Amino acid sequence: MSTETAAPVQMVNVQIDGVWHQFPKGTRVIEACSQAQKFIPRYCYHPKLSSPGNCRMCLVEMGMPKMTPDRKPVIGADGKPEIGWIPRPQISCAQDVAEGMGIRTDSPMVQDCRKGVMEFLLINHPLDCPICDQAGECRLQEFSVEYGQAHSRFLEPKVKKPKNVELGPRVTLDAERCILCTRCIRFMNEVAKDDVIGILDRGSFSTIACHPGRILDNNYSLNTVDICPVGALTNTDFRFKMRVWFLKETKTIDINCGTGSNIVVGSRENTIYRITPRENNEVNGVWLPDSHRLNFKWVNDPKRLQQPLVKSQPVDWRTATAIAAEILKSKTSSEVWLVASGRATNEELFLTTRLIDALEIQKQHDIIPRQGEADGLLIAADRNPNTTGAKLLGVSAKDPGSRLKRLVEGVRSGAIKVVVTLGEDLTKAGLNETDLAKLEAIIALDVLPNRTTPYATVLLPGSAWIEKRGSMINLKGRLQRLNRGAAAPGEARDDWEILRDLIHGISGSNGLYMIEDLFKAMAADVPEFGGLSLSKIGDLGLPVIKEKPAAEPAEAVI
Amino acid sequence: MAYVVPRPNLTWKEKIYLPSIVAGLAITIKHLKRMLFGQTKVVMQYPEEKWDSHMPDHYRGAPTLVKDEHGRERCVACQLCEFICPPRCIAIKPGEIPAESRFAKVEKYPEEFSIDMTRCIYCGMCEEVCPEQAIFLRKDYSITGTTRGALMHDKARLYELGGVFTGLVHKWNPKK
Repeated sequence: MSTETAAPVQMVNVQIDGVWHQFPKGTRVIEACSQAQKFIPRYCYHPKLSSPGNCRMCLVEMGMPKMTPDRKPVIGADGKPEIGWIPRPQISCAQDVAEGMGIRTDSPMVQDCRKGVMEFLLINHPLDCPICDQAGECRLQEFSVEYGQAHSRFLEPKVKKPKNVELGPRVTLDAERCILCTRCIRFMNEVAKDDVIGILDRGSFSTIACHPGRILDNNYSLNTVDICPVGALTNTDFRFKMRVWFLKETKTIDINCGTGSNIVVGSRENTIYRITPRENNEVNGVWLPDSHRLNFKWVNDPKRLQQPLVKSQPVDWRTATAIAAEILKSKTSSEVWLVASGRATNEELFLTTRLIDALEIQKQHDIIPRQGEADGLLIAADRNPNTTGAKLLGVSAKDPGSRLKRLVEGVRSGAIKVVVTLGEDLTKAGLNETDLAKLEAIIALDVLPNRTTPYATVLLPGSAWIEKRGSMINLKGRLQRLNRGAAAPGEARDDWEILRDLIHGISGSNGLYMIEDLFKAMAADVPEFGGLSLSKIGDLGLPVIKEKPAAEPAEAVI
Repeated sequence: MAYVVPRPNLTWKEKIYLPSIVAGLAITIKHLKRMLFGQTKVVMQYPEEKWDSHMPDHYRGAPTLVKDEHGRERCVACQLCEFICPPRCIAIKPGEIPAESRFAKVEKYPEEFSIDMTRCIYCGMCEEVCPEQAIFLRKDYSITGTTRGALMHDKARLYELGGVFTGLVHKWNPKK
């Protein structure tokens, strides 16, 4: 949509299917029709890319106002300009709206054009929908049903093209299915700035191919699979794993870096099969890096912690939290340290502050920073998804991780006897395994075994990000929501419930039974969340911190 | 719309029932006579005797998988039967055909395919929806077992029941 102009927008009058509408100057005809609730089928047009106008699917009938010899529009009986229709159909994706323009999106000529274009596109199509991963979300299937015909008049043998070609480590090409819309080429050129694929050969032998000596190994290569309107480019990781119509799609956010890209997680029966980006023009546009979208295999890892353990013996939850609370109550507050995580949700961090208050260990807590390299597109240098939330709620030091050296000193000198770790490996905080063995007790909450868990006195199995609800704040200060798409394995519980029970064991009831109550309690305490609830955050999130908290080069591609 | 049921005016002969009772008894006695002289047979000694030869072609027995004349398993694991199955008794794990296989062109096959016969309702929707003519309801109606596991038909059992079908699907054959 072209509504992002600061200057006063000049509006133009456009007639679409007989009804006059107003659109800002510069709106594409195809977008104007969408805004007027007239969907125009398209293959090559993508709102975030340039329009080459090569698929011809978006043909419409267009007209301009009739002019008198002195260049004044002829006004009809209804007081509106009369339209002189262009006898040939025009593509709507490469044309801007103009004053007095007329568009017919469903006239007999347009219907005929669509039918003809569909027939041409399917001439060499292999029709292997039963083995095609795109089936179910394929534009060829959809438009074939809506605008095409049931039979083909093409009797000649179909052109054979390369199938099952590995364009790169993550993308597989089936050239027979390709309709040469060039979306993938334009994406790699315009957005990823890595011009590695193009079209080879001529006529019906044209195929997509990589530049000689290169492969499609860009970290944004899987976005070409998302934008491919047919099954030509498929995700090698998702290939033949599951049909898309079985997937339960959960709208949530990515937790691999501080950008907080919006995603859709496709799962079936608690198994995650794929992650695709979700449009949010304030955060990630419609793109997602490959490294982020493929980092979900650990959720279904058979090694996931499933049972609360006390000294490696399985116990029930009541016993585990009671023992953990006993250990914490038996120590003076100077002997306890707490390591929280920048991967925790705001709700969990809020309960962590309650735990800190209950234990009276102010300034004896911090999060473990994760730094990587920013790629200038969607990957931020801060690889913790909720550093902003941890700073806002006061769980982290002003400079995250700056207090950790006090933890290491305290453990080595013997002053600190008990360490609580909420989803972090203590060896990453600077402690080594001898230090861990020296501690009187470690209370660890985690999802997977790591170098700390064998030393944990009480080990509490928590939930992965797709298994919990809650909220996080990205580096730009946008509050976004996580949703549950799968259930935690075994007896593992939601992290906030474990924290609540732990606080309960130390300082008595706190009356929190639902995540909504918890958010309400947090909103009452934290002015930034004032007046909000989990449902009010919405799917696209809300900006809660106005000024940019840190100079992060995490600019989104939009 | 209201519909008026016509009530016939019965004659006195019809009203006293007796002629009808006599006519009915006559039929009964006729059958009794034929039974006594061994002219009709009512009871079939199942399972020693079976009705199988009278079974119509459209009979819907146990669902099975079939192979084609080249020994290729017809199923390409599109999972449409799994989707359509009302009692959800079908479970498929799709896989990729290795490149060295002579059917590598087909790309996809079911690694695992199981039909839970304790759940199957013999509706035939899987056969109807199959785009590859790979699943057919055959005439096996006596599906019994002593354990639940025995009624879980796996891929091997489904092909054993299904056998080979020829013709119908030519699209995967090598092009001339």
